[in-house]
Amino acid sequence: METKNIVLVGVGGQGTITAAKLLTTGLMEAGFDVKMSEIHGMSQRGGSVSSLVRYGDNVQSPVIEIGSADIVVAFEKLEGLRSMEYLKPKGKMVVNDTEISPLSVVIGTNAYPEGILEEIESKIDCRVMSASKMAEALGNNKVTNVILLGSVIKLMGLTEIDWESIISKNVKEKFIDINVKALHAGMDAA
Amino acid sequence: MKKLLTGNEAIARGAWEAGVKYATAYPGTPSTEILENVTTYDEIVSEWAPNEKVALETAAGACIGGVRSLCAMKHVGLNVAADPLFTFACLGVNAGAVVVTADEPGMFSSQNEQDNRNYARHAKVCMFEPSDSQEAKDMIKEAYAVSEEYDMPVLFRMTTRVCHSKSIVECQDRKEVADKPYEKDIKKYCPLPAFAKGMQVKLANNFKQLETYSNTTPFNYIEDNKSEIGIIGSGVAYRYAKEVYSDKASYLKIGFTYPLPMGKIAEFAKDKKTIYVFEENDPIMEKEIKAAGIACIGKEKLPTMGELTPDRIRKALLNEEVSTIQPNPEMILPRPPAFCAGCPHRGAFYELGRRKDLMIFSDIGCYSLGLMPPYNATDAMICMGASISGGHGVQKAFDIKGDHSKKVVSILGDSTFFHSGITSLMNVVYNKSNTLTIILDNRITGMTGHQQNPGTGFDLKGEEAPIIDIEAMVKACGVKELISIDPNNLEMMNDAIEWGLNVEGPAVIITRWPCVLKKLSNLDKDEFPSAFKNFCTVNVEKCIGCKKCLKSGCPALAFDTVNKKSGILKETCVGCGVCAQICPKQAIEVEVR
Repeated sequence: METKNIVLVGVGGQGTITAAKLLTTGLMEAGFDVKMSEIHGMSQRGGSVSSLVRYGDNVQSPVIEIGSADIVVAFEKLEGLRSMEYLKPKGKMVVNDTEISPLSVVIGTNAYPEGILEEIESKIDCRVMSASKMAEALGNNKVTNVILLGSVIKLMGLTEIDWESIISKNVKEKFIDINVKALHAGMDAA
Repeated sequence: MKKLLTGNEAIARGAWEAGVKYATAYPGTPSTEILENVTTYDEIVSEWAPNEKVALETAAGACIGGVRSLCAMKHVGLNVAADPLFTFACLGVNAGAVVVTADEPGMFSSQNEQDNRNYARHAKVCMFEPSDSQEAKDMIKEAYAVSEEYDMPVLFRMTTRVCHSKSIVECQDRKEVADKPYEKDIKKYCPLPAFAKGMQVKLANNFKQLETYSNTTPFNYIEDNKSEIGIIGSGVAYRYAKEVYSDKASYLKIGFTYPLPMGKIAEFAKDKKTIYVFEENDPIMEKEIKAAGIACIGKEKLPTMGELTPDRIRKALLNEEVSTIQPNPEMILPRPPAFCAGCPHRGAFYELGRRKDLMIFSDIGCYSLGLMPPYNATDAMICMGASISGGHGVQKAFDIKGDHSKKVVSILGDSTFFHSGITSLMNVVYNKSNTLTIILDNRITGMTGHQQNPGTGFDLKGEEAPIIDIEAMVKACGVKELISIDPNNLEMMNDAIEWGLNVEGPAVIITRWPCVLKKLSNLDKDEFPSAFKNFCTVNVEKCIGCKKCLKSGCPALAFDTVNKKSGILKETCVGCGVCAQICPKQAIEVEVR
């Protein structure tokens, strides 16, 4: 099979790396060759972060080139807009309808751009999800990442993999239930 | 057993499987996780060293003492450790020794993009370069065999993409290796000129042998796809080349990259019409291949800076531009990293940034961000520890010129002070400087993700360790003027700076407050009982919308542009109170969470 490319983007601290870890573990257990690349360093300090996940029969490069992603999952709107160029012409994007101000907005130099979702929707096949709100409704906003993971699993046709088992092996016991619920909520909403 | 591992995890696993018993490092992106993973294996004694020179010397000592040793560092760390590396190469080893250098093509978290393959040539040590995690694990094991067989430390070049990318690794069990007896042998371990001359000859002879090894090792292999295009590649650049050319080229994959397999290269090139050389950064293989009279194409077409990713290869060699969907560029705002909400560096840089009479020499750590808005404080940075010595030099120049319009402040963190600030501070005192040094002691090595250091009271294993007292060190360096303060108290911070700039002779301010992301130890909880237990709120009745609080640059603040009032995100704020002190109308209140 042709190598598939999934890009997860967000802001440091949003849980993109954990979502990518669950995703890659499931893909490996399903028998795919998998590579994942991420850039650490300043990521905890509110900068943009991305995890690049590739899977197929034989994956060479760990990076995803611009114009080649099957799907981009944006944990934050502005990061979604920034990452649009990763997508193939017929690629899809899942955007979490949430706003985190970059420093220039915090200090009042810029205003957070308006109309981001409209801009994305006008150019690509995009699903807007209120994953952060859904996570709060489930009782813990930290599971936003697994809701978004659920949506990718659905859209990439990976629901056959035993994700509940992957979650239960990789998440602290007291958080397994809520993460499984989050996963299904994400799949259903996608 | 198959596992999905990063390159750094694979190195740790490989070292464990290879029977390594001692490992040491100073943290630095992208190498930090190597030791953090090594320490999960109980069979390996693992330590954080205060700097890379100390780490490499200790690993050399462990190797002379008779156990397989590992040391790891980021690329610029090898500059610090270069002194022992060159002579260790001449001494050779007793048990095997591997030095990992993690280079940064693309400079994601570094101040330069130096190519440490040059060090292999310069120090005359052999080198491995893996292209993914499986190779990282396999090559580490082979590197110990090579180190012992050819009597030299092995340099092991990783790059950020290999360090931080995950791929599938077939794991094996640990194979214990017999410890080597230690025998006194001054001709081997004491490089006095009389002995060192012999060592050089031995090293040269071993290198000759390694040329044969390089031509025969399975880590240098040909993939013959019956193509007229031949690709010679190393590291992740080989993977990128395969991504682009697939089976439309034949490949010579070089994993043991110094000395190069010149025989195999000549054989590979013989029937090819075009040879491309894929390597990240400097044209090192390319030059050596060309010097051997073999025509090839390399950096005349491919970039010498940044990563050699597939899109750049396509553009440079195939003239292919990828078509992409572009967003409206006017809507894109950059998102640079910033001091966290509750970061104890905020108070210091807020006060420093307000003054226009300072030349601020900063250092390597999160506080590098002090150069950014809204602080715009920093003037210069070079490398670990340079804040104090660089500041001393600037002060000397100002004195020589008789220009006293600016006063010099050197600023660095606790771990950087231990790394190489201490010797610089001695220089300041010894040579009668008049600079102000600010040591931001946030009780941890912050930037690389919270590693213990000699000041924190814990070691790499998380066990209690003696605390090296920064205040005592500063006094022992001869500094007479010293105060310790809470950096979240802006009045205190401002007064301390004013005091430090006006006392006779060198002064030191130590700011002491834990990093907001640190998992507080019991020691921290005793010392900072109120840390991160509060939050701030804006009293909208009192707020006049002047935006002065935003000058703190805190990501917990949000200005409501409709109602023209400041707001604070409760889930982000930890109640440091810096914004509350800046507010001219006392509209921000600190509450207990």
